[in-house]
Amino acid sequence: MITVEHYVAVSALLFVIGGVGFLVRRNVLVTLMSIEVMLNAANLALVAFNRSRMAHAASQTYPGPSHTGQVFVFFIIAAEAAEVAVGLAIVLAMFRLRQTVRTDDADLLKN
Amino acid sequence: MGALGLVYFYACAALAVAGALAVVIAKNPIRGAMGLLLLILSVAGLFLALHAQFLAAIQLIVYAGAIVVLFLFVIMLLGPSSSTPSDGRGFATRAFGGGLFAIAGLGALGATWRAMGAWRHLPMASVEPGFGGIDAFGGVLFADALVPFELSSALLMVAVLGAIAIARGRQGLASLSRAELEVARTATAGGDPTGPEAGVFSHEIDLKEQPR
Repeated sequence: MITVEHYVAVSALLFVIGGVGFLVRRNVLVTLMSIEVMLNAANLALVAFNRSRMAHAASQTYPGPSHTGQVFVFFIIAAEAAEVAVGLAIVLAMFRLRQTVRTDDADLLKN
Repeated sequence: MGALGLVYFYACAALAVAGALAVVIAKNPIRGAMGLLLLILSVAGLFLALHAQFLAAIQLIVYAGAIVVLFLFVIMLLGPSSSTPSDGRGFATRAFGGGLFAIAGLGALGATWRAMGAWRHLPMASVEPGFGGIDAFGGVLFADALVPFELSSALLMVAVLGAIAIARGRQGLASLSRAELEVARTATAGGDPTGPEAGVFSHEIDLKEQPR
C-alpha cells in the first residue's frame, strides 16, 4: 500500500540530493540542474498531498475535487521555464565575459 | 493498486533518485542533463500514479521537451569548456556546506518519521472521476486561478525579453549586422525604405567584413 509518506520520503530525498549538488558543485550548469532537481522534488510533494487531500478543500467556483496542489505545480513549472531561460542567458553572458562556467570565477562584485 | 502498483512506485522512485544522483555526480554536464531527463521522466511516471495525468503531460512537454533541450543547447554551445576540471580549491568549505544541508534535510525527514510513529498512514482519498484530467484541471485553472494564469504569461514575456537582453550583451548597435544597421539607419532617417530592392539585403553582406 503506497501512502503519501512514500511520496514525501522520495521528495525529501530528491530535495536533499539537489541541495547538496547545488552547494557542492562548482559548474554553473550543474548548479542550475540541481535547482531543477529541487523544484521537481517540491512538485512531487505538492501533487502527492493534493492526491491525499483532494476532497477536503472545496473549490470556490468550480464544483468537484480540489486541484490546488496541481495548480501550484502548474505555475511552478511556468516560473521554472522562465528561470531556466534567464539563468542560461546569464551563463552565456558570464562565459563571454570570463571564458569560464565556474561559480568561483564569478567574482566581479567582490571587493 | 496491488503488487503491481508497489513495483511501479519503487521503480519510478529508484529511477528518479538515480537520475538526481547522476545530475550531481556527473563530471560531464551532458551526462548530467541525461540524468535530469531520467529524473523528469520518472517524476512524470509518479504523477501518473497520483492521478495527475495533465501534469504528467505538461512535465514531459515543458521539461523534457524544452528545458532539457535548452540545457543541451547551451552545453553544446559552450563545447568542451562546459565541463570544469576539478581541483581541490575550496572543496572543504563546499563539502561542509553540503554535508550540513544533507544532515539537516535527512534529519528533518527522520524526525518527522519518529514524530508520526513509524508512518501513521494518511489515507489516500478515493479518486473522484475526472480528477487530474484536462477537463477538471482546466475548470479550476480558468475559474480560481485565472488572474495568476494571466500574470504568468506576463512573467514569461518579461523572462524572454530579459533573456534576450542578457544574452545579447551590452554591445548595442555593434552587434548588428550591416544589413540590420542599414534598416535602422533608414528607419531613423525617415527615408523611404521601399526602394527598388527593398527587403533584399543579400547584396550588402560582405562575408569578410561581417562584424561579429
